[in-house]
Amino acid sequence: MAMISGDTHRLRLIVRYTILGLIAVMFVFPLVFMIVSSFKPDLQLLTDTGSLRAFLPVGDISVNNYLAAFRRAPVGLFIFNSVVVTGVTVVLSLLVCSAAAFAFVFVEWRGRDLILTIILATLIVPFETIAIPLLLLASKLPWIGAEGLTFGWLNSYRVQIVPFVADGLAIFLFVQYFKDLPGELIEAARVEGASWGQIYRKVVMPLAGPVLATVAILKFLAMYNQYLWPLMVVQEETYRPVMVGLQYFFQLNRAWGEIMAYLSLITVPVLVFYLVLQRAFIASIASTGVKG
Amino acid sequence: MANVALTGLKKSYGPVDVIKGVDIAIEDGEFVVFVGPSGCGKSTLLRMIAGLEDISGGTLSIGGRVVNDVPPKDRRIAMVFQSYAIFPHMTVRENVAFGLTIAKMPKKEKEAKVAEAARILQMEHLLDRRPSQLSGGQRQRVAIGRAIVREPAVFLFDEPLSNLDAALRVDMRMELAKLHQDLKATMIYVTHDQVEAMTLADKIVVLNAGVVQQVGTPLELYHSPANLFVAGFIGSPKMNLLPVTVEGVTSSSVTVGSPDLGVAMLPFRPGAVVVGDQVTLGVRPHMLGLGAGTRLPGAVQLVERLGNETIAMLRLKSGQEITAALGGDQPIRVGDRIDPGFAPTAAALFDTAGIALTRA
Repeated sequence: MAMISGDTHRLRLIVRYTILGLIAVMFVFPLVFMIVSSFKPDLQLLTDTGSLRAFLPVGDISVNNYLAAFRRAPVGLFIFNSVVVTGVTVVLSLLVCSAAAFAFVFVEWRGRDLILTIILATLIVPFETIAIPLLLLASKLPWIGAEGLTFGWLNSYRVQIVPFVADGLAIFLFVQYFKDLPGELIEAARVEGASWGQIYRKVVMPLAGPVLATVAILKFLAMYNQYLWPLMVVQEETYRPVMVGLQYFFQLNRAWGEIMAYLSLITVPVLVFYLVLQRAFIASIASTGVKG
Repeated sequence: MANVALTGLKKSYGPVDVIKGVDIAIEDGEFVVFVGPSGCGKSTLLRMIAGLEDISGGTLSIGGRVVNDVPPKDRRIAMVFQSYAIFPHMTVRENVAFGLTIAKMPKKEKEAKVAEAARILQMEHLLDRRPSQLSGGQRQRVAIGRAIVREPAVFLFDEPLSNLDAALRVDMRMELAKLHQDLKATMIYVTHDQVEAMTLADKIVVLNAGVVQQVGTPLELYHSPANLFVAGFIGSPKMNLLPVTVEGVTSSSVTVGSPDLGVAMLPFRPGAVVVGDQVTLGVRPHMLGLGAGTRLPGAVQLVERLGNETIAMLRLKSGQEITAALGGDQPIRVGDRIDPGFAPTAAALFDTAGIALTRA
């Protein structure tokens, strides 16, 4: 067998890392452009787009755009609203969808397959087609709160959360993952005396790490990027999320530097969330074959 | 501890009957092995006893109580699975204690039980490891440990040794036998390996196509198989089965003949057998010896020398092949003509329907 010399090996590594590096740079460019531009005044920002300077923090660099963004819109409130809506939806969705999938995979009951089919069929229905009926429904739903019984959920967190907790795609991902768990583990737990609830909590969920991460990230991105629905159901600034908040910067005098500053700010939670779950996310994409 | 009674037990999946009315009585403290080929329904039967499969008909009682509709956890059973089914995210200690934790047993009592099980199975040093850090044999021990701590009335084993390598299987087999002696619990064990069945069982249940073929002690099954299926299934090498014609009957003997055998008078009650019937003579390879009894002459086709015995495959005059297990290291070679013989009292005779005739 021919030995690969040290030099050949090194050359291969260099080529491999150069290619990977170029691909990485391609993906990072828009992000770099956004962040770099957020520190530039509008005139320079537009001039720089003609050259590589667009990606470099050069020229008149300042945090003025950020200060202006905060003056123009309640950025902190929008980010807070989005984090609350997204966070609560993700947590509830993980609980509800995994429990539903558990019942579909492990518990035998009449009509199970039919209902699962119906839920999976909802995957092909675009949200836009049900948005109007959903709006009508949301405007009439009852709620018992501090003011007693009221009707209509508009202008609230719950109207942005509840419709998205049960999610066909999430249930499908959990179902696929649970089907691959060895059935004997569940049977062993049953023989050992565990109830369905205990099997869910003590056996299935501790083994569901990768699919939990996948669903969490997919749900997080979908919820954080929500635009149409909050635009329809939230008229008051108090509950407005980040994407709808972007409108504040597309008024009469369009300030690109401020837009870039705002976008950089609202990207931070996404990056943090992704970095935390990155490893589990990649592992589960590799195992489920689901594209993000 | 408890006895287990299966009465007319049936299981169907839609129109397909997989268990067709099984009656078995298992005494308290007995080690019973269900054995049969793949798909014979033995695992299904075990899972019905465990409560993991619904019962379509008949009754199942454990300790005198009918448990047809009792959930698995309330049947006082513990089960060891073929894949071990130990929880990968828990340590050995947590795995063994799982059932006790579910039952909310006080911590001190729980720890004492886990320690005792670990001592019996010699796995004290493994308690803080994860399943991924254990070998196959060690995982099997954990699964057995999890069954022991709950002190069930009945232990159920579903092919527990089939994922182990040959040497380990022999070791674990002995340990299981010892465990049964120590615990004196009722144990029901499913396997397709007849050596496991023969060595472990107080009583063997041979199943085929969802029907019990014979229930008996290992030696009863070996010496007096009830039918051709059991005759062919129990014993290694397999029993030689030769077609013969009935040439004469008395109240206590059947005379049979064939080109290979000549004519032989065998001590069996004829039952419904009459002269001219085509019946089957069964002779175990180990019942054949050189220079004794009724002869079966043939040419040696193959010789396997195992040291303590020599297995020879012979071709008889009719072209039929038989196996003879000859004691010791015999100096025979391929191509030799030999004529091993058997004692008529050691043979088995099966009527036209394949049912064994009773010895006179």
